[in-house]
Amino acid sequence: MIYRKLFNVPTWGLNRPFREFDRLRRQMDELYGALSGGVLPMPSAGVFPLTNVTEDNENYYVRAELPGIKPDELDIQVAAAGISISGERKISAEGNGAKYHRREREAGKFSRLINLPGEVDVNKVEASMENGILKVTIPKSEAAKPRQITVK
Amino acid sequence: MTDKESKEIQVKQKQELNSPAELTQSGLIFTPNVDIFETDREITLLADLPGVMTENLTIDLRENILTLTGEVSPFEGANEEDILIEYEIGKYHRQFNLSSVIDQSKIDAKLNDGVLRLSLPKVEEATPRKIEIKTG
Repeated sequence: MIYRKLFNVPTWGLNRPFREFDRLRRQMDELYGALSGGVLPMPSAGVFPLTNVTEDNENYYVRAELPGIKPDELDIQVAAAGISISGERKISAEGNGAKYHRREREAGKFSRLINLPGEVDVNKVEASMENGILKVTIPKSEAAKPRQITVK
Repeated sequence: MTDKESKEIQVKQKQELNSPAELTQSGLIFTPNVDIFETDREITLLADLPGVMTENLTIDLRENILTLTGEVSPFEGANEEDILIEYEIGKYHRQFNLSSVIDQSKIDAKLNDGVLRLSLPKVEEATPRKIEIKTG
């Protein structure tokens, strides 16, 4: 494990301590409210959909919140270096008699590219949509999997 | 409407709930995005609740206050390490004050692909009737 930690550090990775720090900073901003001129957002690429990437020894997991999007409306492509997620969110128009009070949900096209820090096995990628959350499981290539090194 | 469909979705951070009262349970709470529209007969509410399962969604209507609460269970596996985290998960909570009188027995709620569609039919007396004015 140590072997891997030293040599496979993702350059744009975020670790939990920083996440906690970011949250603290946002809470401080909320406290000072108007003085600070707004709430500091989570660090992100600024492209829809917001994506979480995690890994374990076997796989990378890419998750995104895509409520109301059907699996067949999504286009997911995986290459050795990364994954692309694109599609269109459609919100059907309601009848003519409807008067809108609020309109916060957005429709439109989206396209997102995410680089993965290591090599992946393109042939065994699985994707699922459940309750509006997309989960893509991308197995790491054999070469990229961590190996326990026994000291003789 | 046509130009709206072709535009690209702008990224929007999840809004954390600002509650004046402190909550007894810890954890993050977000306000879901909603569309609300009204016809003569009913009020319809659409809410984005990604990750909420039917059994974890509570819809409560009393004294004209509609409360939506959705629980999201953490989905990460035990051995997963974060690489890139752009959104956080937490509960969803939002309240609305309904101005019209709702027929509680006819409320209909559907949850599909993380989107709630809630139909709130108005009671008969509240549906407007056109009054004809006779001349003479």
